Amino acid sequence: MTALILTVLATSIPLLLAANGELIAERSGVLNLGVEGMMLMGAVAALGIVLYTGNPYTGIVAGALAGMAVSLALTIFATGFSGLAGAPLVGKTSASLPKIIIPLLSDLPVIGPVLFAQDLLFYLAFLIIAGTSWFLAKTRSGMILRAVGDNHDSAHALGYSVARVRWMAVAFGGACAGMGGAYIPLVLTPHWSEGMTAGRGWIALALVVFASWMPSRIVVGALIFGGITIMQLAGQARGWAVPSQVLSMLPYLATIVALVLISMRGKSSYLTVPACIGKPFHPGS
Amino acid sequence: MIRLVPRTDISPWLAIISPVAAMFATVVAGALIFTFLGYNAAESLYHFFISPLSRVDRITDLVVKACPLMIIALGLVFCYRANIWNIGAEGQYIIGALAAGWLALSFPDTTSPLLLPAMMAIALIAGGAWAAIAALCKTIFNANEILVTLMLSYVAALVMDVLVRGPLRDPMAFGFPLTPMYPDTGLISRMPLPGFGYIGQLHYGVLIAFALAPLAWWLLNRTLPGFQVKVMGSSPRAGRFAGFSQKWTTIGVLLLSGALAGLAGMVEVSANIGQLQPNVSFGYGFTAIIVAFLARLNPIGVIFAGLLVAMAELGGDNAQIALGIPKVVTGLFKGILLFFLLAGATLQQYRITWRSSQAKTKEGEMTS
Repeated sequence: MTALILTVLATSIPLLLAANGELIAERSGVLNLGVEGMMLMGAVAALGIVLYTGNPYTGIVAGALAGMAVSLALTIFATGFSGLAGAPLVGKTSASLPKIIIPLLSDLPVIGPVLFAQDLLFYLAFLIIAGTSWFLAKTRSGMILRAVGDNHDSAHALGYSVARVRWMAVAFGGACAGMGGAYIPLVLTPHWSEGMTAGRGWIALALVVFASWMPSRIVVGALIFGGITIMQLAGQARGWAVPSQVLSMLPYLATIVALVLISMRGKSSYLTVPACIGKPFHPGS
Repeated sequence: MIRLVPRTDISPWLAIISPVAAMFATVVAGALIFTFLGYNAAESLYHFFISPLSRVDRITDLVVKACPLMIIALGLVFCYRANIWNIGAEGQYIIGALAAGWLALSFPDTTSPLLLPAMMAIALIAGGAWAAIAALCKTIFNANEILVTLMLSYVAALVMDVLVRGPLRDPMAFGFPLTPMYPDTGLISRMPLPGFGYIGQLHYGVLIAFALAPLAWWLLNRTLPGFQVKVMGSSPRAGRFAGFSQKWTTIGVLLLSGALAGLAGMVEVSANIGQLQPNVSFGYGFTAIIVAFLARLNPIGVIFAGLLVAMAELGGDNAQIALGIPKVVTGLFKGILLFFLLAGATLQQYRITWRSSQAKTKEGEMTS
């Protein structure tokens, strides 16, 4: 049972990080569809650096930087490039992130090993979520970000640089997505294969909508999707009669269902949409 | 600070120059990448761009490869003109091929000439139906069509996988996940060119692509539904005042692009493969998106764009065989091309200015 919870949690971390980053970008008004590419770049960068230096922590940094660097490029480009860069890395396994065990707390039954004996990126992910939530709600900069996303003309009139806020938000989004992607080869499956994010970037996009642009809800969403993804493996292990491809379909179908449900709530749910999302900004227009 | 200012005069020449410039920029970027990777840039570029044109049978390969891209892209042109972002053409392609294959395999001993048209019809319907799921999600639930169509294309690939390995599997295939071959009447045969005979893989299916392009142009530019599509894409409010329905426009373009993608799937399998396998598509659905943009969403442009992109694909194959360049470089090229295309499209609409000249611009605007 503990093992199941552990795998569900581990599987949801990439989604969590990527969705959190995308949330910040979308809150500033930028609909960044390149999440998939950023995750892949993060994955390949992390694995490459780790194989080169032997230190898995450099993987986290490399993943973040790579994601940030390509957060302004297109998904297709990054998918091709990561495949290219990763070509020599196929088949190699590497050191994965070691678990950091917090004394005492990790001895608690069930939740002990699940919550307190995890690797650094795991803790970092939750810290980032909490930090984002606090940033958006309680700091001045967070308010400026939200203002730019909701009404960029007013924000500009007040003197804030819309372009600069958006660049920074997108860069942060890229860094998070890159780290989310890095988590996959660093912890989940310590090797590289082309396209190893398998559409998770797109699911992260849907997750942001599903979470009504609130970081705390992203945790719930990521756990649900992580659980659904795990169901495929769990089902196979338990010998369910359902073909494995049908179980593999579940995360994608669940995304569609989630999107439909969230969009169905009509006008009320759209109160939380950043009003200027996707609209290009032209001062004086 | 660099700023983008809307252009007041948009020259029509820019519409042709910007894709050409994008291609040129891609070639330059490609040369840089090859050199960076340690390959001889000139040789690589030769294999990528010149070698596909060097032999007659390679030119026919080009046309054959461009055929599905063109058919899918024609459908996507309608969708994107209406601002409906159908990214799931890949899935619609697969489902169309699957439906046609199911029909063909249900009548393994038939010699009726009606089989092929029936397969086309069912491919059109199936592809359209798969896109209709996204259309319903958008019109009834207001769900984002980008994500729904994309998710559905992953699902479609898995559906094909489970059916080919299961109910449709050929028991005589030595364990390979393949269906039995289609009956002969379900195949599209090779087309002889008068005076040349049979060349390469050229098949009758390419005629469909070349016939559809002018038809699509006529539909988009000379009929009321086409006008509706263009209006709803560029100014939905004006369209609503004119009495056009956003709902029906959405459904219409999604059905059309889904149907065409399904047709492309059927044609490709019947002409080139002859049976179903877990992998009938090599990213055609996604590549067609680039073709549609390279053609500047113009149906006649789709012919040229399709041939160009097919050239890049074949070039990638040749480069891989000759120089050992990884196949993913082709994907890289496509991405760079799309990037430069979009940059070109932006520059067509907007000018880059420096802040220091802003005062002059404002003055000019006030006095003019």
